[in-house]
Amino acid sequence: MIKVTQLTKRYARTIAVDQISFEVAKGQIVGFLGPNGAGKTTTMRMLTCFLPPSSGTASVAGFDILEQPLEVKKRIGYLPEAPPIYPEMETSEYLRFVGELKGLSGTDLAKRIDYVCGRCAIADVKRKLLGKLSKGYRQRVGLAQAIIHNPDVLILDEPTAGLDPKQINETRDLIKDLAGEHTIILSTHILPEVEQTCEQVIIINKGKLVATDSVRNLQARARGAESVVVEVAGREGTFEPSLVQQKLEQVAGVSRVLCKEQVDARAVFEVESKKGSFVRGDVARAIVQSGWDLNELRPAAMSLEEVFLQLTGSEASTPEETPVEVQAQ
Amino acid sequence: MRNVWIICRKELHSYFVSPIAYILLIMFGLIFGFFFWNALGSFVFESIQSQMSGQSFPMNLNEWIIRPLLSNVGVIGLFFIPLITMRLFAEEKRTGTIELLATSPVRDIEIILGKWVASLVLYACLLLFTAVNFGFLFLYGHPDWKPLAVGYLGLFLQAGALLAIGTFISTLTKNQIVAGAVTFGVCLLLWVLEWVSGYETATWARVLAYMSVITHFESFGKGVLDSKDAVFYITVIFLGLFFTARSMESLRWRS
Repeated sequence: MIKVTQLTKRYARTIAVDQISFEVAKGQIVGFLGPNGAGKTTTMRMLTCFLPPSSGTASVAGFDILEQPLEVKKRIGYLPEAPPIYPEMETSEYLRFVGELKGLSGTDLAKRIDYVCGRCAIADVKRKLLGKLSKGYRQRVGLAQAIIHNPDVLILDEPTAGLDPKQINETRDLIKDLAGEHTIILSTHILPEVEQTCEQVIIINKGKLVATDSVRNLQARARGAESVVVEVAGREGTFEPSLVQQKLEQVAGVSRVLCKEQVDARAVFEVESKKGSFVRGDVARAIVQSGWDLNELRPAAMSLEEVFLQLTGSEASTPEETPVEVQAQ
Repeated sequence: MRNVWIICRKELHSYFVSPIAYILLIMFGLIFGFFFWNALGSFVFESIQSQMSGQSFPMNLNEWIIRPLLSNVGVIGLFFIPLITMRLFAEEKRTGTIELLATSPVRDIEIILGKWVASLVLYACLLLFTAVNFGFLFLYGHPDWKPLAVGYLGLFLQAGALLAIGTFISTLTKNQIVAGAVTFGVCLLLWVLEWVSGYETATWARVLAYMSVITHFESFGKGVLDSKDAVFYITVIFLGLFFTARSMESLRWRS
């Protein structure tokens, strides 16, 4: 649905976006992630034909942003960082104006206004002046404005910025809800947001593309290995975590074992394996055959935050809990 | 064309739901009302005097009232035009709504035309006040309506030219006050350029005087429709809107 090739934006002294290429498939919801000033907004502005690229190009729904901007604009709904509202207009007047701008008219327009008002939960402020609305409502009116012409592609620039936690959740749910009908790109610097809402992540830093992958792959990739969390319990009181540790380390393919937690006769280990080897079965077998109980075995997900810091090369902050590390001999 | 109308309606809506339009209308009405009252007063005074002196000379409403008042309207407009145009683009740039317009499937020129036409409509509303006053002349006298109509056409063209310049200046800044002040300065300069013709006859002076918006109003004020002057105003309108379009384009490259 969206195809970006070698997109570059140069300013007098700086390069805001440096040869970015990526593709987004129809119906996907993609998180556009990067620290402040990474070039997210600039990229989005180029995709929406607000800014022309210095070089490279992109196409939206098969139309080139340079050659057929009007066709592209018809198919894009865009919510800039600050919702583009006219404070002196009422909500319904505003939606009518935007709908007309996007080429709707008559009963079609009236139907769409009713639909988006219901969808974005703004029906109760239809007759209110936009300037008098709260930040949360303004954001939702902004979202309503973006979907009024039922665009193929939705581009949302930090849609949850400045909202309170409840509004953030509502907005996220709304966006997830919209994903079926529209292809969505949403930019953010809030990681849990991407983990919660997006299937695909595009990470950029200082104008360069750092990674583009699915959330799950990215977490695995950043670590360079797969890791599993195992909870083991001893039977009949006798339980030596170090024994378990030794046993686990002997399993073929395991590169490192961390003892994360130990309570009474239970212990939680994090088992890292070399890339490409799937050790879960062997680990389970080793534990059970040694006479311990295997309470839990699950793949450990790395938080996107760690991935992000790793990929963008920023200084990683010290993790809150330092695992008890046992040296592998 | 449809898009021009949509933008124009939105601009008019902004003018008329905010106090801007009403304040401009009231102030313009007051100022012009005073001008009219004065002109009428001196007309009556002169005509009584001419009768008392025994050698009454023919006095003409068109000559004595309509013609000077029409050029006065132009001067009052000079102060009002920056107030009309200063917000057109500057405000959209400041609040970020320009992003909505620029990412909608409308052409830049449609946005510009819509805004310019809206400013012209507001100016036309101001002119309605003058028409009410002139109406009294028709009620109590018999002025010739044709020179008046030509005068109005001239005022429209003149305002259109200055409004186009104001629209252009509004695209250059995010600050309405800056846009208004610069527009006023430019309009005033274009007004007084004609002064140089008073003492200088060199080519440069003739060119400067020709560029003055007031030189080209003289014929309209007399009720003469001179295509040369109409073409001048239309050219300025065209140039103003053309530069606005270029400026909007460069906005995208710069921001």
